[in-house]
Amino acid sequence: MWISSDFHDLLQCHHLVDGDVAVCRLHLYIKIPFSILISPNIFSLKFVMARNGLFSRRWRSPETDQFADVHVLAVDDSLVDRKVIERLLKITSCKVTAVESGWRALQYLGLDQEKTSPDFVNELKVDLIITDYCMPGMTGYELLKKIKGSATFREVPVVIMSSENVVARIDRCLEEGAEDFIVKPVKLSDVKRLKDYMFGENRGTCPPNNINNKEEKTSFNKRKLQEMSDTFPSPPTVSPSPSPSPPTVSPSTSPSSSPPTVSPSTSPSPPTASPTTSSPPQSPSSSSSSTPPSSPPFSPSQLDSPTMRLKVTNSDQA
Amino acid sequence: MLGFGAVRLRTDMNRLLSLLFHQGVLDEQFLQLQQLQDQTSPNFVSEVVTIYFHESEKQLRNLRNLLLDREMWDYCKLGIHLNQLMGSSSSIGAKRVRNICAAFRAAVDQNNRPACMRALEVLEHEYCYLKNKLHELFQIEQERVLGDTVRYPGAVNQQ
Repeated sequence: MWISSDFHDLLQCHHLVDGDVAVCRLHLYIKIPFSILISPNIFSLKFVMARNGLFSRRWRSPETDQFADVHVLAVDDSLVDRKVIERLLKITSCKVTAVESGWRALQYLGLDQEKTSPDFVNELKVDLIITDYCMPGMTGYELLKKIKGSATFREVPVVIMSSENVVARIDRCLEEGAEDFIVKPVKLSDVKRLKDYMFGENRGTCPPNNINNKEEKTSFNKRKLQEMSDTFPSPPTVSPSPSPSPPTVSPSTSPSSSPPTVSPSTSPSPPTASPTTSSPPQSPSSSSSSTPPSSPPFSPSQLDSPTMRLKVTNSDQA
Repeated sequence: MLGFGAVRLRTDMNRLLSLLFHQGVLDEQFLQLQQLQDQTSPNFVSEVVTIYFHESEKQLRNLRNLLLDREMWDYCKLGIHLNQLMGSSSSIGAKRVRNICAAFRAAVDQNNRPACMRALEVLEHEYCYLKNKLHELFQIEQERVLGDTVRYPGAVNQQ
């Protein structure tokens, strides 16, 4: 049982394993795979969802946990943007390979050939692919699809950048498996945030070389949190009534270095979560890190659904 | 005497930057670029901006050539060049140029020829102003670096 007075700390702590119970300001939290359950009060549970299955991915360099081993492939047709993103990534200690088109990217990844030999060994280590959306020839979206359709690089997170803040476009990308969507111009805070939640929370908590380990990773999308708090200064009480979850990506320059304010929002848990939410808080100990609960709160496809935005409820976040 | 010169140069630079911000010529993305400049990349801003100038002038030439066609305008190509110019302008913080591109694009969408012509002229004018001011900025910066090198011959100067 962990006790914390700060919700943010709780979210950040990577010592939580599945089945752990934590108490924070009169709320009970239970860690389960993919996310964390939160109760608005001691007596009931309400679902908190992780955005787009990010928790299932664990990216660590094989030998060490150092950021320096993170290799990013950046794709952008604009030379100016390539220079900027390259610098942004380098300054956050990533190795960068910058290419000018989707085709070049596929070439680099070795995906440009139609047929891959069965004993093709992927020697290339790419930890993240960040691509512009609007590119001549092959758009970032098409590149995303090709990457997600490949056997070798399907698991690599892909982030889309675009100067256009079009919700349909964002949703389409997220639906196709994009990890995140950044509105240009890209800032240092964007890259830091990206790096932190993709590669920052894993240090020393899990056995290496186990990218399929679905444990923990309770980091949240800070920007989404920030934007949710910006767009929804909602009342403190949480209502479980279903309401459509609005998209919250905005290009506003929200303060980047301030800790995320987990503000209350009146967004609901998905309908299928209700059977699980009625389970009493006292029986979390049965679940262990390797066995998911018998009735998984939601199917993986729901995790990947574009409408799964971060929903956190906390009635007394100061 | 040299010390006083350095102070004056820094003041000049700050004053020019403030002016450009105040006029809306530059926005905080330019500051972001400055943040990316350090010992390991001491000329980052001027390098990126030089690339920007080069690319932008290409786009402006393309735009003018497309508009020179008396009969049929290739609105699609116009849009493409404008998007590229808009994107790179926003990436370096060239706010006014970016906004003119947006207005230009709106005129293209409406197939409004006179508005397109006007927009191109404003765009070229704004771009020239930006280029001149940024050159001025880099000149002051260079003088400052030079001054520092003279004063401290062994020192590595950074922003």
